[in-house]
Amino acid sequence: MGLTTTGPLEAFAADVGPPDAGPVTCVGGRTQWAIGGVAHQAREVRAPAGVVTLDPAEMTVRVRAATEVADVDGALEEHRQVIALPAWPGATVGGVLAVGHSGIRRLGYGPVRDTLLEARVVSADGRLVKAGGPTVKNVSGYDLCRLLVGSLGTLGLIGEVLLRTRPRPEVTCWLAGVTDPFALRHRLHRPVAVLWDGETTWVCLEGHAADVASQVRVAGLPEVPGPPPVPPFRWSMPPKAIRGLERRADGRDPSTSTGSIAGGLRDFRPPPPDPFTGWVPGPFLAEVGVGVVHVDRPVPAATPSTEVAELGRRVKTAFDPTGRLNPGRQPGAASSMGGAT
Amino acid sequence: MADLRAALTPDRVRDGSLELSLYGRDASVMRGEAVAACFPTSPDEVAACVRIARRHGRPFTPRGAGTGLAGGAVPVDRPVVIVTTKMDRILEVDTEDLVAWVEPGVVNLDLSRRLAPLGLTFAPDPSSQQACSIGGNVANNSGGPHCLAYGVTSAHVLAVEVVLPDGEIAILGGLDPEPAGYDLRGAFVGSEGTLGIATRIAVRLTPVAPAVVTMLLAFGDVAAAAATVSEVIASAMVPAAMEMMDQRITIAVEDYVHAGYPTEAGAVLLVELDGLPAGVEVERAQVEAIAWRRGASMVRAASDEAERALLWKGRKSAFGAVARIRPNYYLHDTVVPRSRLVEVLAEVYAIADRHELLVMNVFHAGDGNLHPLLLFDAREPGVMNRVHAAGEEIVKASLAAGGVLSGEHGIGLEKRDLMSLQFGPDDLDAQARLRDAFDPDGVANPTKVLPAGSRCGDLQHVPDGLWV
Repeated sequence: MGLTTTGPLEAFAADVGPPDAGPVTCVGGRTQWAIGGVAHQAREVRAPAGVVTLDPAEMTVRVRAATEVADVDGALEEHRQVIALPAWPGATVGGVLAVGHSGIRRLGYGPVRDTLLEARVVSADGRLVKAGGPTVKNVSGYDLCRLLVGSLGTLGLIGEVLLRTRPRPEVTCWLAGVTDPFALRHRLHRPVAVLWDGETTWVCLEGHAADVASQVRVAGLPEVPGPPPVPPFRWSMPPKAIRGLERRADGRDPSTSTGSIAGGLRDFRPPPPDPFTGWVPGPFLAEVGVGVVHVDRPVPAATPSTEVAELGRRVKTAFDPTGRLNPGRQPGAASSMGGAT
Repeated sequence: MADLRAALTPDRVRDGSLELSLYGRDASVMRGEAVAACFPTSPDEVAACVRIARRHGRPFTPRGAGTGLAGGAVPVDRPVVIVTTKMDRILEVDTEDLVAWVEPGVVNLDLSRRLAPLGLTFAPDPSSQQACSIGGNVANNSGGPHCLAYGVTSAHVLAVEVVLPDGEIAILGGLDPEPAGYDLRGAFVGSEGTLGIATRIAVRLTPVAPAVVTMLLAFGDVAAAAATVSEVIASAMVPAAMEMMDQRITIAVEDYVHAGYPTEAGAVLLVELDGLPAGVEVERAQVEAIAWRRGASMVRAASDEAERALLWKGRKSAFGAVARIRPNYYLHDTVVPRSRLVEVLAEVYAIADRHELLVMNVFHAGDGNLHPLLLFDAREPGVMNRVHAAGEEIVKASLAAGGVLSGEHGIGLEKRDLMSLQFGPDDLDAQARLRDAFDPDGVANPTKVLPAGSRCGDLQHVPDGLWV
């Protein structure tokens, strides 16, 4: 259907092949290879690479999935634009979208899923399917793009995408010091990141030079070269639950102070059982206002409710009845190894 | 009926001819027929309505305030209409995590008014915001002028509790940033009531920017205004809003609300910039320079909050204003790449001329979201045929320019049969698979969004009788 680039995508679809071609696993930059379970033995396939079109006046860029995020940002530099995807060394656009994990600037840039406008994916029966549309605003039919982001290639293999870009900030500035990160976050206007390890707070400010300068004065913290090292495993919690995390030296179990906050409503059904009870996270770096907490050890898998798990199974079966796409991987499953941060 | 009345209360289940006639329509130009209209007040009551409908072999159609323009809430196949307007409580406002839990019947503007003293807002602001409900916003993935910078409804919904088509209740998404499993929340938002009914919604709250500038720019023609829009975006600026009005609508609005719009201008742009004061001032100067370079005849910034409110009142009163010109209007909704605005607008005027219809344009220029407004008198014999023919040509012209079927109204019944203009059989099949996973028996708002036969490529059309 009206493919703008037929060659490489059709070759990718042919490589995946029809259902009787057996299970396949799609390889990107292998920077987050163990997220959501290790892929079982399956034939490896690779999406095509390369920037297809760059349209600064539309603030969009069309790229093939195996293009590295850093290369897309490089191509956008002269137009003073960026994409809101984490540019981990070696990470590909398709891989970052399939995993769906945001970078540490999520507070300012939003989740990865809001970057994807249109995708061309290879379905389980080896056909090229288009999801979404080419404009920044589009409510034509079901939002399959949202479903693809974070699906670990278990519903379809991303071949080419259209991404929205955002203005490249005039100034980027990191600050750090000992202060209350929760109060600071609300004192600042749209900080791009507020990170906290239980003691020190790091803040990233971006924007026009004069605005950043005024926000630096509001923050009252000294400038530092950049963010601290980010531990490799991720833990997701409602943002205010971060308050319950204790500094590592205490070694206390944080679960008692995080479990009760998920629902928040008196007449609300109870939150799913806290899978973290008894699990001690150790050193952490928390994204304040976001709820992603980076830790140095594997995090137990979260357990979705029975209804959500059943719905997820039905979605998987509908898109991939024989289970040939990335067998072994499952969104939300525990990871034995950390990913790029 | 007896089962529904027992599950709710007798007064909250209606089947009188007047009420069924009322709930047979939404704000579109289509009409259907319901067997009953129910007004549940809790998720359990919604689930009961769904189960009872199923038990009696009837489908169900969710309905919010009924302001939808694509026929998404028009009952087809004699469903039970489940109206969420009595579930209108704001349950919790969390100013630390910037989240509010609301029931689906909360009116969009009521939520933002409640949030205003806290310095917060719910960013999606569709033109119907005085009447439309948050549940309807979720069903349609609604937009509005300020979605240019802030994104559409999907970007502002963290979690949604839904009654699924089998009557089970599930929470999709979550208050944590990376809920386990597929993004079913994202799949649900914009599904137009075909995947279930939202009963509680966790919406993201946006802090109001410290500085806001609203500018009124006047141009000799729409081409100069559109060129200004393109250049602003290409300069790596994302204004909070960028709205265009052509001369016809500007005159109509000025006559109606006296907002101070220049009626001699060929096109007017309303540009809003927000953020921190220094950046807003830099961008204001940039926009002004671009506008003069593109031949603007006037550039004016609102000097105070009252003037700013008046400028917006003009824009938001556009649809009321046209009622004084012709008794009926048909509002269209397509999106085109911003760089193609000028040629598609020219085509829209030509299409309307060919069909002897009056067209006015007031739209979200910043994101290329066109809203051609066809004005007519429905009493004129044969006029509806011309209106429909012109509408279809406008959609085709937008798609030919690389655009999409709908930017914010949704597909509903109105554009269901046009889906194959944007999507091929394999694309539609993938969408139908998602729907089947949620609703294998086809009981949730049947016949909407996807043409019948999407799974087998044998497309059937909306019966003519549904069009009013």
